[in-house]
Amino acid sequence: MMSEPVQGLILAHASVASGLVAAVKQIAGIGDGTLRPLTNDGCGPDALLDAVRRDAGSGPALIFTDLVSGSCGFAARKLVAERPGTAVLSGANLAMLLDFVFHRDLPLPVLVERLVTHGRDAITGACSEDCTDAAGAAAR
Amino acid sequence: MPLVLLRVDERLIHGQVIVGWAGPLRIGCIVVADDALAESEWEQDLYKLGVPAGIECRFLPVATARDRIAAWQRGSERIALLVRGVPELGRLAEGGSLADQQVNLGGIHHAPGRERVLAYLFLSPEERADLDRVAASGADIGARDLPNAQRVPLAELLTRRD
Repeated sequence: MMSEPVQGLILAHASVASGLVAAVKQIAGIGDGTLRPLTNDGCGPDALLDAVRRDAGSGPALIFTDLVSGSCGFAARKLVAERPGTAVLSGANLAMLLDFVFHRDLPLPVLVERLVTHGRDAITGACSEDCTDAAGAAAR
Repeated sequence: MPLVLLRVDERLIHGQVIVGWAGPLRIGCIVVADDALAESEWEQDLYKLGVPAGIECRFLPVATARDRIAAWQRGSERIALLVRGVPELGRLAEGGSLADQQVNLGGIHHAPGRERVLAYLFLSPEERADLDRVAASGADIGARDLPNAQRVPLAELLTRRD
């Protein structure tokens, strides 16, 4: 039996959330409402928490934040403490958001674990050869 | 002056404080003066999530913080003291404890009854009057969201409508 689809909400600084939602729409072609953007611009803590409450809807909800702490992370975690069927995932990136839109029917705990793994796996690093050489020389 | 930052900011510990101020000012300890938070361990834990290793974090009732201001000003620990609003600042200033202390208005957002002064600062008539009283007790009050922004002194803020 499938779960009720999870409502996604991105809560982030400045225009990060709207940018991420635009990118997800461009790549995955989702409709409005699957993933809603919310900025903390101009919001005090109480106003931000009210906005998150409103946009989370009535069913299961997953709130993505850009940072683990700060006003966005704090509002998300406050909502998790007061609202059943709610989770927060901090450090949102495009890879995890794309995975989210195709797996919204998973139970919330399973979905969160999956997205954390997927988001982490999407982070890699590489340096050009000259940087690598310089690091090696410094180590010697 | 080891009480290197006294800031009024509804968000208390957040990105601007940690990234913008704590690093450049080499803050060693953040003190949040707030009666409700001093009683709420789970909320303290949330705020501590944003504090990097190497910076101590304390939550005190406003009256306790006020009693320690003089010692902090004389001490060697580099402290940032945060309050969430003008009423808390007013209580901190009781007895002249903020005489000659710089006060930074860093974030008071829109709410019913408040008018916009700066993009990050909205004040009600009561808050303007309270700030005037705190300034009269000797505090040097100005608004600045980040260290590289222009500081706007209270005298200008009190007459300003953005």
